[in-house]
Amino acid sequence: MNITYSKHTLANGLDVLIHEDRACPIVSVNIWYHVGSKNEVPGRTGFAHFFEHLMFEGSEHYDKGYFQPLQGAGALLNGSTNADRTNYWEVVPTNALELALWMESDRMGYLLPALTAAKFQNQRDVVLNERRQNYENRPYGLAGMAMLAALYPPDHPYHWPTIGQIADLHAAQVEEVREFFATYYHPANASLAIAGDVDTEEALALVRRYFEGLAPGPSVAPVRPPMPVLNGDTRLIIEDRVELPRLYLGWISPAMFGEDDAELDLAADILANGKTSRLYKRLVYDMRAATDVSAAQNSRELGGFVQIAATAAPGRTLAELERVIVEEVNRLASDGPTEDEIERGRVQAEAQFIYRLQTVGGFGGKSDQLNAYNVFLDDPGYFDRDLDRYHHVTAESLRAAVQRYVAHGNRVTLSVVPKGKTIYGMPGSVPSLVS
Amino acid sequence: MTVDRSRLPVPGKTPPFHFPAIERSTLPNGLRVWSVRHVSIPVATVMLLVRRGAANDPVGKEGLAALTADMLDEGTGALSAIQIHEALARVGAQLDSDIGPDATLLTVTVLSRFLDPAVSLLSDIVVRPSLREEDFARVRQLRLHRLMQLRDVPGAVADRAFMRLLYGTHPYGHTPLGSETSLASLTVDDVRTYHASNITPEDATLIVAGDCSHADVEALAARAFADWNGAAPGPVAPVADLPSPPRLNIIPRQGAPQSELRIGHVSVARNTPDYHALVAANMVLGGQFVSRINLNLREHKGFTYGARTSFDFRRLPGPFALQVSVQTGATAEAIRESIDEIAGLRGVRPVSAEELSTGVAALTRGYARNFETAEQIARAVTQLALYDLPERYFDEFVDRVEAVSVTDVMRVAYEYLHPDRLTTLIVGDYAAVSRDLNALNLGAPAVLAADTF
Repeated sequence: MNITYSKHTLANGLDVLIHEDRACPIVSVNIWYHVGSKNEVPGRTGFAHFFEHLMFEGSEHYDKGYFQPLQGAGALLNGSTNADRTNYWEVVPTNALELALWMESDRMGYLLPALTAAKFQNQRDVVLNERRQNYENRPYGLAGMAMLAALYPPDHPYHWPTIGQIADLHAAQVEEVREFFATYYHPANASLAIAGDVDTEEALALVRRYFEGLAPGPSVAPVRPPMPVLNGDTRLIIEDRVELPRLYLGWISPAMFGEDDAELDLAADILANGKTSRLYKRLVYDMRAATDVSAAQNSRELGGFVQIAATAAPGRTLAELERVIVEEVNRLASDGPTEDEIERGRVQAEAQFIYRLQTVGGFGGKSDQLNAYNVFLDDPGYFDRDLDRYHHVTAESLRAAVQRYVAHGNRVTLSVVPKGKTIYGMPGSVPSLVS
Repeated sequence: MTVDRSRLPVPGKTPPFHFPAIERSTLPNGLRVWSVRHVSIPVATVMLLVRRGAANDPVGKEGLAALTADMLDEGTGALSAIQIHEALARVGAQLDSDIGPDATLLTVTVLSRFLDPAVSLLSDIVVRPSLREEDFARVRQLRLHRLMQLRDVPGAVADRAFMRLLYGTHPYGHTPLGSETSLASLTVDDVRTYHASNITPEDATLIVAGDCSHADVEALAARAFADWNGAAPGPVAPVADLPSPPRLNIIPRQGAPQSELRIGHVSVARNTPDYHALVAANMVLGGQFVSRINLNLREHKGFTYGARTSFDFRRLPGPFALQVSVQTGATAEAIRESIDEIAGLRGVRPVSAEELSTGVAALTRGYARNFETAEQIARAVTQLALYDLPERYFDEFVDRVEAVSVTDVMRVAYEYLHPDRLTTLIVGDYAAVSRDLNALNLGAPAVLAADTF
């Protein structure tokens, strides 16, 4: 299914994407800045995400917090940061489109005059609490950052977590905000998508009114690290406040939209997504050796990694889980999927794809997807071709991708075990240093 | 064109909102079939609501309703659990089951062209589950392991313990998972009996939102659910006496960097005539980002990533609760600030007209976005069915909320919030916070163990 849209690039470099959907009297305003934790450097991590918080604290011409006027107009709003990009969105009733554009343009053009040391300190405390809540005080919460740190070498931009290292967050200086803003937060590094109950010409006129006067910034050089190479099996262990040990296996894989990305996406589903998957059937259903199992092709702009994770049932060992996972990976790499698995995978990919497009706004809705295709591929209308990638997967192409990227021993193996129970970890593991 | 940045654009009038028509019929077995036409994208959402939930767990068999719901897709007729899910996957259908205190809700989202097989599978699951001994043993084991893992999840520990503190042996005193003791005592016959007597058409509603006519939906439902029979048992009886828990309680979590807090008391049922005023009051207190408690604890003090309050409206009086996770060193101060904010709303810091109008606007101006997708519409309709709300409930919502006055908010705050009866629960580092707690004047904390719920 195709999403009709128009694309306009303003003189200052801002990409504007407009999609009309008059079904519901709402409009989504979604802005992507092509900056994420990949643009940080070691010793200064967490900055892109910290900055996202500051974007909600007021700008020069409305310096009272970003939420008040928008919530007062009936908006739903949020933002998020990952390694590759930072996004901000509002879903507003049709009549508040101009307000949303006023607010977004003010913080794009005029954030710094309103930034104070007090806001900076306050939001640093908030971010440190976000880190405690979502990572430090959560069972298995440090596993994700341990995997990234081991999969990517220290100078690779995916080595550190987007939330940042604690010491770096403490060391951040308010002066650094100024430079960060000037470098990354400007029209030429942004993409604005508007989807919903709008007339394209009217919406574009409003966009021009509020954004055309903003100065373009410097062009941002692309980050192009070499694809990392793992040599052998890196075995790590974390002692955590958990009851049951969990095993994580990770392999380096292709980037988002790259060759074999769709193959590995479907392969992950066949291996461990839901009750029909091979590993669920064996580990959870038949053997009852695991309480859960999951797999994903985590594809991102600069590269991906395939991760498979499983939690051991009481009395069962991670070594047993590892043996079965490797067996199933190898079987998929040698025999390939069945036709039924491929067909189910395609139907599910299509269904999931369409379910996401039910909404104009939010994370993953139409406006967010237009920006994703525009920012990563310079092609906002990539919808059909994206889905085609999944339709073109064959049993043989999937098999070959698994063989090439997953069915080998150059990987990261992480054991997360209850405190004091390192005996439950995979043999030969050394402590991970993340905290 | 010059831009006026001296003032914010003022949005025009909000267009009136109309909920789409709900067409209704009832099958001979009592099953209500409701449909809503929604045509924007070829996706349909089917929801089957049974008004029996965790509150219907027999005493000593807590967790039975949820375990039964979990067993439904574990096999039907000749199909195993795996085969059911293969059949669902072949049509790209997504099955979710959701159990709360008052209801069990099964949801299937599917591409419109597969509505027929999806409803047929749903009926197999609900009406004709196999409920086999070996599946029961496996599912119960998984749920026991889940409970074991939840001992380390501060929010889950807090939720489970808080319900027990507030409600004791009342049907709302446990979460749907039940306890390790109660799950261990269950048998597959308990599940079969519960299914036969509680999962019945007489008090169930099938809701379909999508691009389909009511006649088609009705015919489809009549075919799929024709041999479903059984009368519904009576509603859950409220318990007359609720416990009087200690004011301050702590579940130690040594070395925790944050304290997970719950502060609240039993409050009010969904059918209260003051529903709209309470929703508006909660927006001011803790129901949105710019609410008092979030601005205080997050934006002024930096103690937390976020704080919120809610009235959990249920068929019987549900809890009012504040939930927040704060850095360990700020635990006592966050509790004091929270209780002061709740107390303040009743008089010391009365609600201002401006605060109320922001809260009301946040609820009303963007109201239409709550009904954009088939799933949102179907979920909204479940609210009507679950709580016996009037047909025009959604059409009237905006007017009813806009009619709430400052006086109304002050009255309901006074009537339904009781600072002197608030129960506080901390899941956190006892040694690190205990000294500060003394200054709260809430008495010595009752120390509870995480695995006693």
